[in-house]
Amino acid sequence: MKRIIALTLIAFAAFGIIMFTAAFGASAPTEQVIRVTAKKFEFSPGEITVKKGEPVLLELTAEDVRHGFSLPDFGIRADIKPGVINRVKFTPDKAGRFDFTCDVFCGSGHEDMSGTLVVTE
Amino acid sequence: MSKIDRRDFMKIAGIGGLIFASGLGFNALGSNHSGGGKRAKDDFYFVQLSDTHWGFDGPAVNPDSKGTLKKAVAAVNSLEEQPDFIVFTGDLTHTTEDRRVRRERMAEFRDIVSGLKAKTVHFMAGEHDASLDRGEAYQEFFGKLNYTFDHKGVHFIVLDNVSDPAAVIGETQLKWLQDDLKKQKHDAPIVVLTHRPLFGLYPQWDWATRDASAVINALMPYKNVTVFYGHIHQEHHFMTGHIAHHAAKSLMFPLPAPGSAPKRVPIPWDASAPYKGLGFRQVEAAARKAHYEITEFPVTKG
Repeated sequence: MKRIIALTLIAFAAFGIIMFTAAFGASAPTEQVIRVTAKKFEFSPGEITVKKGEPVLLELTAEDVRHGFSLPDFGIRADIKPGVINRVKFTPDKAGRFDFTCDVFCGSGHEDMSGTLVVTE
Repeated sequence: MSKIDRRDFMKIAGIGGLIFASGLGFNALGSNHSGGGKRAKDDFYFVQLSDTHWGFDGPAVNPDSKGTLKKAVAAVNSLEEQPDFIVFTGDLTHTTEDRRVRRERMAEFRDIVSGLKAKTVHFMAGEHDASLDRGEAYQEFFGKLNYTFDHKGVHFIVLDNVSDPAAVIGETQLKWLQDDLKKQKHDAPIVVLTHRPLFGLYPQWDWATRDASAVINALMPYKNVTVFYGHIHQEHHFMTGHIAHHAAKSLMFPLPAPGSAPKRVPIPWDASAPYKGLGFRQVEAAARKAHYEITEFPVTKG
């Protein structure tokens, strides 16, 4: 009897996962995933190109020490720590070239650690 | 106090730029200044030096990197009347990841500025001094990162917005500030000294303090607050409500005006105008009126 109950629960759980994925996963808008790596004293890539109105998922990670990612024109900032992927979602609502910078002081080249987000129409 | 003759003061002022600043704003020479007035007994003046970056090496930016600070010390010492005190608003040294070299630079800096005639000197840390070790070496040489002092009726508050490398004042220091402010009357003359701007001057270049708005909110109930800071290596004046913010020049290299260049890189040395963009300032305080006259000086006088 216990075995039947357990199997039933597993079946319900599996059904739930399938339904959840169908309801939410499949309908989620496609987003451009961009992996950005920070290390003293540069971002890679240093220039990121995205399209206006299309969702973007930044996957931020650091290779050496703690850094920051600051993109003030879109109100975005995040800490970037070694061994951790920090995901930041946003949808650019204006076209142009926008600076992003490291805002966690990381050493003698910190002031040079910046990049550009290019948003095309 | 050291007294300075008004006529001498105006003569000194003639070699630099002069503005007037107070809790009610600031403006150019002559527009609201009575001129020639007699000093009140609680008037005084201090000198602000900033961003000396001792240890920096970049001949294209400053071929006299080992001499500029010494020249500034000599220039301050040559002022006809010595200031009541001197403040250094951060980045005393240029950053290094080598703990030993960091301390060597701090020791050298301390030795050089010990030659100042004015013996009351208040230091602040910049991110180059304190961000890589949370201010450990800085405190060994220069003491606390945040503190207060009073001078002739003016309450000075030194805020640390650099020992956290993320440019955060932090809850603990904010509480300390709030507790200190509770002891002040709302019309008390208050001067805040710090390194980074306490407003989002240009966050694209990291010219900001992340939780500055909490500091400004704490200061807002006080009618006479003025902020002197460094970090941006140029003279700059800004108001947040009734609070005036005055950035000082560097004594190592100037930086471009906010957002005026593609990158935040030092302005190259101009051989036809050595030390251009560098300097220090004196601030004459009329304590009772919370009124400050700022005079900018070049590195070398005359």
